Amino acid sequence: MERKEPVAPTPAFAGDQPGASAAALAEGGARPLTELGRRGSRRKMPRILYSLLQNKLAVFGVFILIVVTFAAIFAPVLTDHNPEAGIIVDSKKPPAWSEGGSREYLLGTDSLGRDIFTRILYGARISLVVGVVAVLIAGAIGIVLGLIAGYYGGKVDDIIMRIVDIQLAVPFILLAIAILAVLGQGLDKIIITLGISGWVTYGRVVRGQVLSWREKEFVEAARAIGARNISIMFKHILPNTYASIIIIASFAVASTILAEASLSFLGLGVPPDVPTWGGMVSAGRDYIITGDWWIYTFPGLAIMLTVLGINVVGDWLRDYLDPRLRL
Amino acid sequence: MGRYIIRRLLQSIIVVIGVSLLVFVILYQTGDPVVLMASPDATREEVEELRRALGFDRPWYVQYLDFLKDAARGDFGTSLRQGQPVFSLIMDRVPATLKLAFAAFAISVSVSIPVGVISATKRNSVWDNLTMGFALLGQSLPVFFLGVMLIWIFAGQLKWLPSFGQGDGSVFNQLKHLILPAITLATFSLARNARLVRSSLLEVMGQDYIKTARAKGLVERTVVYRHGLKNALIPVVTIFGLEFGQLLSGAIITETVFAWPGVGRLIILAIQQRDFPLVVGSVMVIAMLFVLLNLLVDLLYGVIDPRVRYS
Repeated sequence: MERKEPVAPTPAFAGDQPGASAAALAEGGARPLTELGRRGSRRKMPRILYSLLQNKLAVFGVFILIVVTFAAIFAPVLTDHNPEAGIIVDSKKPPAWSEGGSREYLLGTDSLGRDIFTRILYGARISLVVGVVAVLIAGAIGIVLGLIAGYYGGKVDDIIMRIVDIQLAVPFILLAIAILAVLGQGLDKIIITLGISGWVTYGRVVRGQVLSWREKEFVEAARAIGARNISIMFKHILPNTYASIIIIASFAVASTILAEASLSFLGLGVPPDVPTWGGMVSAGRDYIITGDWWIYTFPGLAIMLTVLGINVVGDWLRDYLDPRLRL
Repeated sequence: MGRYIIRRLLQSIIVVIGVSLLVFVILYQTGDPVVLMASPDATREEVEELRRALGFDRPWYVQYLDFLKDAARGDFGTSLRQGQPVFSLIMDRVPATLKLAFAAFAISVSVSIPVGVISATKRNSVWDNLTMGFALLGQSLPVFFLGVMLIWIFAGQLKWLPSFGQGDGSVFNQLKHLILPAITLATFSLARNARLVRSSLLEVMGQDYIKTARAKGLVERTVVYRHGLKNALIPVVTIFGLEFGQLLSGAIITETVFAWPGVGRLIILAIQQRDFPLVVGSVMVIAMLFVLLNLLVDLLYGVIDPRVRYS
C-alpha cells in the first residue's frame, strides 16, 4: 500500500507557505509550474480522485461515511420498528445470530424492548446533523473572528486572542455542559452549544494565516485600487486559507460527533427517548455485569466506525491539501 | 526571563478572572438556585427571605465583584448543598484527579514516544502499519465507550480488576483500582502522540543536518536519538503540555464512568444540583491548573530548544 507521508510534500505544494496549496486551489485549480510537467494531462477533479484512490484507508473511510449517511437518510425505509417505543416483553433480546435471538431484532433489543439496529439507524441522523451543522456554525464564527483579529491587529486582535485563551482554559466538555445548563435540552441547543464551543481552532489558524497573507503584494494592490477592507478580507485573503479550513473542519466533524456522544452519555443534550449513540451506550451501562453486552457494544461501535471514517478521510485531505498543517 | 515570567503570570491572572466571569455569567443566566433549595411547600415570602439571606437578590455583577474580592483572599464561598467551604471541598478531590491524570499522562508519554520512534525508523514495516492502525482506532474511540468495554472485559468477564472507585488500604489495591481508569483516559492522547512523534521524527530525518550527521559517519542510533529525536520532540512537548489540560477535561467523563471521586465528578454533581459557588470555584481551579501548566511548558520549551528567546 502506498501511503503518502505527511512529511513528504507532494509536488503540488512545494511552496514554502502553508497556504501555497490553497492559493493554487483558489485560482481555480491553476497548478504551480513544478507539477505541470509530471501530470500535465490530468484535470482538477480527476487529480483529487486519483489521489483518493491511491489511499486505501481513505477509500475505506469514504465508504463508511457513505453507508452512515445512507443509513441516516433512509432509516424509516430500512426498518419497520419504532425507534422511541419498544415492546416490553421483547426486552433484552440478544442479537439474531446468538442463542435466544430472533430474526425480528438483528442486533437485539434494549431493556425497554426497543430494536437496537433501528435506534442505531436513527441515531446516525442525530450524530451527522449535529456534527455537520455545529461545525458550520463554529467555522463561521471562527473564520470571521480570525479574519478580523489577523487583519486589523492591535487592540481588536488582543481582545479576540484573550477570549481564545479564556475559552482554551476551560475544558471543552465543561464549557458545553455549562452552556447546555443555560439553554436546556434539545437538538437545536446541543448544536448551538457545540458550535459556540468549537470556534477557537478556526479562529487561531485563520488569524495566523491572515497575518502572513496581509503583507503580500496582492493585498497591497487591492488596497491601492481602492478595495474596501471587507472585500480584501473575504475576497482576497480568505480564499487562501480554504485548505486549512477544510482540513480543520473535517477533523472537527469527528470531534464534534464524539463530543455530542459524550454529552448524550452524560445525560445532557437531547431527551432520553430520542435515540443517540452516546445515550444508548449510557443506558447499556447498567447491564455490564448482567452480560447483556449488545446493548452498549453496537452503538459504541457505530460511533467508533463513523469517527474513524472521518479521521482517515481527514488525514488524506491533509496530505492532499496541506501536509504541513499542524492542528 | 524574570520579566517574561511576571508578564505571563499577569496574563494568566487575567485569563483566570475571565474564566470565572464567563462561568458566572453563564450560570446566572439559568436563574438562581433558591427555588430548588427551598422546601416544596415554602411560601413565596419564605423563598424571598432565603434569597435575601443568601444574597441572590442582588444584581449579578454585584455578586460577582463580591465573589472576586473574597476569592482574592482565598475564600471561594460556601457550597450551597454541603455547607462546607468550596475551596476545601475542591482540594479534597484534587489529589484523586491529579493521580488519575498523572497516571494517564505517564502511560501516554512512556508508550507513545517509543512506539512513534520505532514506527518512524521502521517506516512501512508490519510494526509501523499495525501500531499506526491501532493509533487510528484509539483516536476514534469515545472515552466512555472504551471505559465501558474495559469494565465489561476486565471486571465483568475476567473479574481481574475492580470497576469503580479509588480503592483504599494497600498500595496494591489502589493500583488495581487505578489501572482501568488510567488506561481509559490515556488511550486517546497515547494514540495521537504516537502518530505525532512518528510524523515529527520523519520530518526531522529528512533535514539536511541529519544528512550531515550521517555523512560524517555517525552510528545510526546516534543520528536518530541525538540529532533526530531531540529536534523532533520540540513540537511534541507543546502538545504534551496542552494534552495535560485535555486529560483534566477527559477526566470528567472517565470519572463518571468509573465513579472516580475526583474534581470532574464534583463539577457534574454541582451543576446538576445548581450549587453555583461550587461550580464556579472548581472551574476556576481547573483553569488555574491549566494556565500554570501552559506556562511551565513554555518555560520547558526554552530548555529543549535554546533558540527560543523569551521577550
